[in-house]
Amino acid sequence: MSESSAVSAASPDSVPPIEAPESKPAIRTDARPNEKSGKRRLVRPRLVDPERRAAVVGTRQAVLVVDNVSVSFDGFKAITDLTLILDKGELRCLIGPNGAGKTTLMDIITGKTKPDSGTVFMPHDARDLTQLTEYEIAALGICRKFQRPTVFAGHTVYENMELALAGPKGVWKSLFTRLSADEKRTIEQILEQIGLHEHAAVRAGQLAHGQKQWLEIGMLLAQDPKVLLVDEPIAGMTHQETERTAELLKSLAGERTVVVVEHDMDFVRSIAKKVTVLHEGKILAEGDIDSVQSNPRVVEVYLGEPRT
Amino acid sequence: MKAEPAVGLRALHDKRGWLVVALFTLLACVLVPVLSLAVPESSPLHLPDYLVALFGKFLCYGIVALAIDLIWGFTGILSLGHGVFFALGGYAMGMYLMLSIGAQGVYKSALPDFMVFLDWKELPWFWRGFDNLSVALIAALLVPGLLAFAFGYFAFRSRIRGVYFSIITQALTYALMLLFFRNETGFGGNNGLTDYKSLYGYDLHEPSTKVTLCVLSALALLFTYLLCRYIVTSKAGRVLRAIRDAESRAMFVGFNPTSYKLFAWTLSAVLCGLAGALYVPQVGIINPSEMQPANSIEMGIWVAVGGRATLFGAVLGAFLVNGMRSFFTAAMPNAWLYVLGLLFIAVTLFFPDGVAGALGRLRRRRT
Repeated sequence: MSESSAVSAASPDSVPPIEAPESKPAIRTDARPNEKSGKRRLVRPRLVDPERRAAVVGTRQAVLVVDNVSVSFDGFKAITDLTLILDKGELRCLIGPNGAGKTTLMDIITGKTKPDSGTVFMPHDARDLTQLTEYEIAALGICRKFQRPTVFAGHTVYENMELALAGPKGVWKSLFTRLSADEKRTIEQILEQIGLHEHAAVRAGQLAHGQKQWLEIGMLLAQDPKVLLVDEPIAGMTHQETERTAELLKSLAGERTVVVVEHDMDFVRSIAKKVTVLHEGKILAEGDIDSVQSNPRVVEVYLGEPRT
Repeated sequence: MKAEPAVGLRALHDKRGWLVVALFTLLACVLVPVLSLAVPESSPLHLPDYLVALFGKFLCYGIVALAIDLIWGFTGILSLGHGVFFALGGYAMGMYLMLSIGAQGVYKSALPDFMVFLDWKELPWFWRGFDNLSVALIAALLVPGLLAFAFGYFAFRSRIRGVYFSIITQALTYALMLLFFRNETGFGGNNGLTDYKSLYGYDLHEPSTKVTLCVLSALALLFTYLLCRYIVTSKAGRVLRAIRDAESRAMFVGFNPTSYKLFAWTLSAVLCGLAGALYVPQVGIINPSEMQPANSIEMGIWVAVGGRATLFGAVLGAFLVNGMRSFFTAAMPNAWLYVLGLLFIAVTLFFPDGVAGALGRLRRRRT
């Protein structure tokens, strides 16, 4: 595992070559038992080697780096030596056939799944995210929207927003805190943005499907994330709702980095500048939608036939 | 600002909640002393001593019910071992009461009777300091709290939840019961601690002492109610409910469920310890049978009957079930367990949200 070939054959051209210095293996093999359950560890988190950080990021404005990550479940290789660099403010679409590893990749970034090898890091921070817990990663500003809307059904829309709001999340703080005027304004503003202002006092469980998706995106906004991971945002949406989602996602990119996993190619075409295609746990191609769609390898495994 | 959630003291002004609280406090702090002490014994209105003690006992159960509601109703963690925290609080108080018997015991020794009986020459180290009431009271809160903290820390950290957690709590109370049954453990074996004479110099058999204890229990219940009410209406309460409803979502929003659960769990145990400490001087005995798994399950039933996540429903449930228990165990002792079982089935089938929920529905239909 230590002498893993850093440059995988499947690495697309747009990712800078990753050469580990001869003396140092790309992946440190510190004693790390098989801890996939995400248990809280007692030791301090492992740090990513600064040289390595610099080598991978180069001159790019990277905000999140998945570096040479592999994971397998019972021998099935879900992700193999995958490297993905996300730039600041970009809107990236992640596509690929079923089982390509899209969701697993999201799970690794958000700490739900621990990879067998490799690191995930944010260039301004030395910590290895694969060593952190879900809520620690969330606190770093990496937020995820799940496929099915998961809001707090028993809480009102307003309370949902309150819980999501960025800020201290400890027990004692929560016991004695009250919403400040600023925080109230933020909530009002986001509710306006996602079109749920009228429904602030409604229990989230009573909202329509599309509205729940909005609320969840609103909750992510309230967390003031740096990176927003969005899993199939338009599944089950009407045409109108889809259009609004596209608008919303586009308006979010720029300030934040947005990663969208989506099957619907028309939707991808309508929002994405840059597309990454995953296949069998590796990156098959990366680039703008047209170049990706005309890439013969992509056509072969995913799109079936080239579009005109 | 219609949507703004009520926070802090303002949220305590819930009409139903206040009504019940005011009622019980009035009943216990005014009616009980008056009827028991001021009304002559010949009068039919006179409250006999045993009823005062019974009422005080119920008030302690009310505190336990609130504690269970906090952890089960609001946090979604069903404990089937809360009896152990209650009993530990009781034992701490019992130790104080044993030591304050002094040389008035059967063997006329400064050591508690059971130690003389076991031919022990001196007080075990863990009994030292318990001749001081404040030490005993602090221990009554601290020991259950520490046990709960240690137990909860490992359980929640390992993400044990649901029925697995419930079963482990059963095992916990059962294990401690077996431990306390042993004479060598040093808490009086299966006889437990009993035959108390006085509390802080006051004769425990005096009606005025009984009334005072009853009033103290009522005040403790009121305090517990207000504390729980504050917690569940604060942001922390909303986080607890969020963890109950969608734990992984709460985690991705940035909350650490372990610390919230641990907080509610430990506080719940501390409150049970308080209830136990008030309970023992009124009942006059504490023994390991309080740690029977069945006792803890019954505590859960109080809350289920009263209505989960309502606070006042939990208190109501504790009073209702224990009232029925007192009636049935006196009138037809063999029937009680059947009644309890039927009650639990009936509530599960017809009133899944308990008496409190049924009352709420009734009121809504009327308006």
